[in-house]
Amino acid sequence: MAEYQNIFTQIQVKGPADPGVPLPAGNTTRKGKPGYSHLLGLFGDAQIGPIYLGWFGIASLLCGFIAIEIIGLNMWASVNWDPIQFVRQLPWLALEPPSPANGLRIPPLNEGGWWLMAGFFLTTSILLWWVRVYRRARALGMGTHVAWAFAAAIWLYLVLGFIRPVLMGSWGEAVPFGIFPHLDWTAAFSIRYGNLFYNPFHMLSIAFLYGSALLFAMHGATILAVSRYGGDREVEQILDRGTASERSALFWRWTMGFNATMESIHRWAWWFAVLCPLTGGLGILLTGTVVDNWYLWGVKHGVAPPYPAVYPPVIDPAAASGISQ
Amino acid sequence: MNSSTRNARILFLTLTGLLLSGCERPPTESVQLGYRGTGMQQVVNPRILEQKVALNVPPTATASAGTDGPSAGSIYQNVQVLGDLGIGQFNRLMVAMTSWVSPDEGCTYCHSAANFASDELYTKIVSRRMLQMTTEINSQWQSHVAQTGVTCYTCHRGKPVPGNVWFTDPGSARMANQGGGREHQNAAAPAVAMSSLPFDPFTPFFKDDSANIRVVSNTALPTGNRASTKQTEWTYGLMMHMSDALGVNCTFCHNSRAFADWSQSTPQRVTAWHGIEMVRALNGNYLEPLGPQYPENRLGPLGDPPKVNCGTCHQGAYKPLYGASMLTDYPALAGPAAASQ
Repeated sequence: MAEYQNIFTQIQVKGPADPGVPLPAGNTTRKGKPGYSHLLGLFGDAQIGPIYLGWFGIASLLCGFIAIEIIGLNMWASVNWDPIQFVRQLPWLALEPPSPANGLRIPPLNEGGWWLMAGFFLTTSILLWWVRVYRRARALGMGTHVAWAFAAAIWLYLVLGFIRPVLMGSWGEAVPFGIFPHLDWTAAFSIRYGNLFYNPFHMLSIAFLYGSALLFAMHGATILAVSRYGGDREVEQILDRGTASERSALFWRWTMGFNATMESIHRWAWWFAVLCPLTGGLGILLTGTVVDNWYLWGVKHGVAPPYPAVYPPVIDPAAASGISQ
Repeated sequence: MNSSTRNARILFLTLTGLLLSGCERPPTESVQLGYRGTGMQQVVNPRILEQKVALNVPPTATASAGTDGPSAGSIYQNVQVLGDLGIGQFNRLMVAMTSWVSPDEGCTYCHSAANFASDELYTKIVSRRMLQMTTEINSQWQSHVAQTGVTCYTCHRGKPVPGNVWFTDPGSARMANQGGGREHQNAAAPAVAMSSLPFDPFTPFFKDDSANIRVVSNTALPTGNRASTKQTEWTYGLMMHMSDALGVNCTFCHNSRAFADWSQSTPQRVTAWHGIEMVRALNGNYLEPLGPQYPENRLGPLGDPPKVNCGTCHQGAYKPLYGASMLTDYPALAGPAAASQ
């Protein structure tokens, strides 16, 4: 049977395990005896471990575990510790932030106190993991691009759960921990502030989100398409003629007249990915603090077009009768 | 294909089937109700609509009785409502009410078998008040029910207690520091169409002293609107109830690009607004005050009497009984204005 062949990911090499480059002085050693997984080798490198734990890693995992425990046990308590109902209703369950009446005070545990505590440990866990990502990159002599990309996601997370609630003066403005509840929160947030689609930073964020997906598809497809010529060994091939690298560049130049380079395509990808949560976070930060109704903001600035009237004139009956609903 | 691949495929197909088993079978139909390209559409599933239409057919009216004969009030004792009706019309209406409300239990569901005039049974007191409510709806709330009007059957559908009533939900309030405070939301709740939104939007919004439903600002920049995102979830929950009770999308009333804007809303939103006012008035003037009359088994978990919401009459139809008017066959229920003609 004919089999599609290329150079990468098809062959799993199992030799003496690679322990990795030596670590800088003062680092603890990498932990665990390396092993091999055929299944994982189909998706990535077959070698599993050794792993670098370190104090930041351990502290991050511990804080993350505490946060998930607080969230999970509160969800379980909300169905009276019924294990079947916990599984059945899990997508609906949540740990809610305090009521807006509490402002920024610390409420009783069952009225949002648990939420604050879970948020504290989750945030600590994420920040410690960021430090770990940064320090591991430094230890390998790498740049810190991954850490700064992660920081962009942390920015959006902090705006939603910390910065904006503090600016609004209420923990109640933050997002609940829960699957459907955080989605319902998102829809309610958009409705309250007059439709987030008219928020230009939300527009930018969507453009970068979809743009990231498009770039990812273009780049992934291009490299896979030239992997039969060793396209995965990008950098070695840049200077030579007829290589996978040149073919992939030529393909896009022929198709649309312009092509990224092997280096710039990764800058495109990095910036698109990073700008998605960066602009999104700005959009959330301005909502309720600076702009209260994005649709009316859109009307004011010529973003929201008027449409021809197709119904008989509709007037707010409350305005006529003086009764508010 | 080896056996592990085959097993994996069978597992994949089974899981996909399970995942999709909660979905409605396509295709659905969409009807354009607004300007092109604005998404002002109603989506209906013709198979589900067919079932709902079959469930919302009014019963055939009995032959009308003559208007002559002495008035019911002059023949029977203790006739506090509809006493002006001719005896023939009165008896016809009583028979119809029995078939609408207590077809299995018969006249003695409300009347004492020994003495029909007696107010011994609480059901008689309640039904008298419900008759007054019906005539008030038909005469005072035409802004919502128009000329179509309502009868006992609109809500009761052959059941002594209508299928869709509500009680204040005690929630799953737990003791402080015990964990699991649900804030009256985050349960797969039928009242809010199985969303995780606050599951009792009726208590704050559908009593006569109700909270403000409106949360969206009228100005682009902040000018003091303190409505929170959490508060918006309550309004959203109420709107999910209305959508579910009427079997319609948001766009039946609202242009979803600007939910709050009346100038872009459909005329149905005005009808719905009067409906909310009506429900509040009915709960405040009729249903709540009946509380002391009921036996305990008719009350909610917090001891409150059954109350009405949009689903009590609509029952999944955008117009109850899909607009069929039973009132034309029973004009006595049209209220004081019509009855005096």
